[in-house]
Amino acid sequence: MNPNPLFEYLLRLGDNNLILAQRLSSWCGHGPVLEEDIALANIALDLLGQARMWLTLAGEAEGKGRDEDKLAYHRNANEFRNLLLVEQDNGNFADTMARQFYYDQWNYLLLGELQQSSDARIAAIAEKSFKEVSYHIRRSSEWIIMLGDGTAESHTKIQQAIDRLWPYTGQLFDADVIDEDLINKHIACDVSRLHDTWLKNVTATLAEATLRLPTTQVSAEKQGAHSESFEALLAEMQILPRTYPNATW
Amino acid sequence: MSIQVEAAVDEKMIWQWLEAVADPEIPVISIVDLGIVREVCFDSIADQFIIAITPTYSGCPATAVIAADISSALKNHGVENFRLENKLSPAWTTDWLSAKGRKALREYGIAPPAGGALHQVVDASRIMRATLEEAIECPHCKSKHTKLSSQFGSTPCKALYVCQDCKEPFDYFKPH
Repeated sequence: MNPNPLFEYLLRLGDNNLILAQRLSSWCGHGPVLEEDIALANIALDLLGQARMWLTLAGEAEGKGRDEDKLAYHRNANEFRNLLLVEQDNGNFADTMARQFYYDQWNYLLLGELQQSSDARIAAIAEKSFKEVSYHIRRSSEWIIMLGDGTAESHTKIQQAIDRLWPYTGQLFDADVIDEDLINKHIACDVSRLHDTWLKNVTATLAEATLRLPTTQVSAEKQGAHSESFEALLAEMQILPRTYPNATW
Repeated sequence: MSIQVEAAVDEKMIWQWLEAVADPEIPVISIVDLGIVREVCFDSIADQFIIAITPTYSGCPATAVIAADISSALKNHGVENFRLENKLSPAWTTDWLSAKGRKALREYGIAPPAGGALHQVVDASRIMRATLEEAIECPHCKSKHTKLSSQFGSTPCKALYVCQDCKEPFDYFKPH
């Protein structure tokens, strides 16, 4: 068993938000319309702020003097603990929205639970993040409906995106040995218990959007596995502090 | 013989000084009116004032600037023995905006939050089509005939609206 499950757990929370923020930031200047460009950048900013709080706390839990920057910029791909879903390529606008929709629906439930964590620091970050994610979930869900029940082309594209990303949703509910100990201490949330509510809510929005719930098998990848494009994402995110380790503003 | 007695600094004076520290993004409103300053107290063991502040949004880039502005305001008044504490819970809410702050926002061209933050709670099991938001009054012409163009504006705390009468776009400080 890992000697420091709390550190591992906080890395997962931080990395999910950090990597999704990094992916979303790539839309900046490329959004389909100005308002959406600004909205995507704003959501990325919220998630980055949340990542900073989780990673700062992770560094404290580790107790080896690593701060948020050290953890974000000076770890290699195999040390990142984010879900496969959040690192998936932006693709087209529908792909980005489907990824966001699956994640927001999950993150909203997770943060709702974590507000009751027996660790007051985790509960406080969850309380803060929950309010911000309330905007995210509403927006991504509304986009799923607009695209699904939009034109023939938007319907086709969002259905393809919903289908393509579906296999990655299995990992969202995979509670493992890292979680176990923390769940018993009421520090962490048992993600496997979120599945039924998530599925019900996702199904309701997809139905409203005239979209089909995918029936394909979800994958059972363990957390910590990464896609091929993940290295490229990290290279872009980390190049400056890696090249100039002592650079300051 | 005259003895010059330096006026002792107390919490009330610090509050007053902080009322003069403007929000870096919206300079017409002070950080006190915005509800960012949560507490001012004196830690007699450390012989320090503690200023507890809370971020509006967790990714708000203004947070670091605000902390620096508070520090320089206190130093300008000769106070060196203080420390800033970041307080996350209870999470910042627009319900803490003062009446003075709301008025200043409107005069500046930003519509203040219309309802309490509690109205914003989302029921994830029934998110349906984007519904018409509560009518937000245009800060320019006072028309209630306005339309949401994006939930996210120039900063995370604002949404974008357009007035259907005077045709002017405006920022709406969203209830949070």
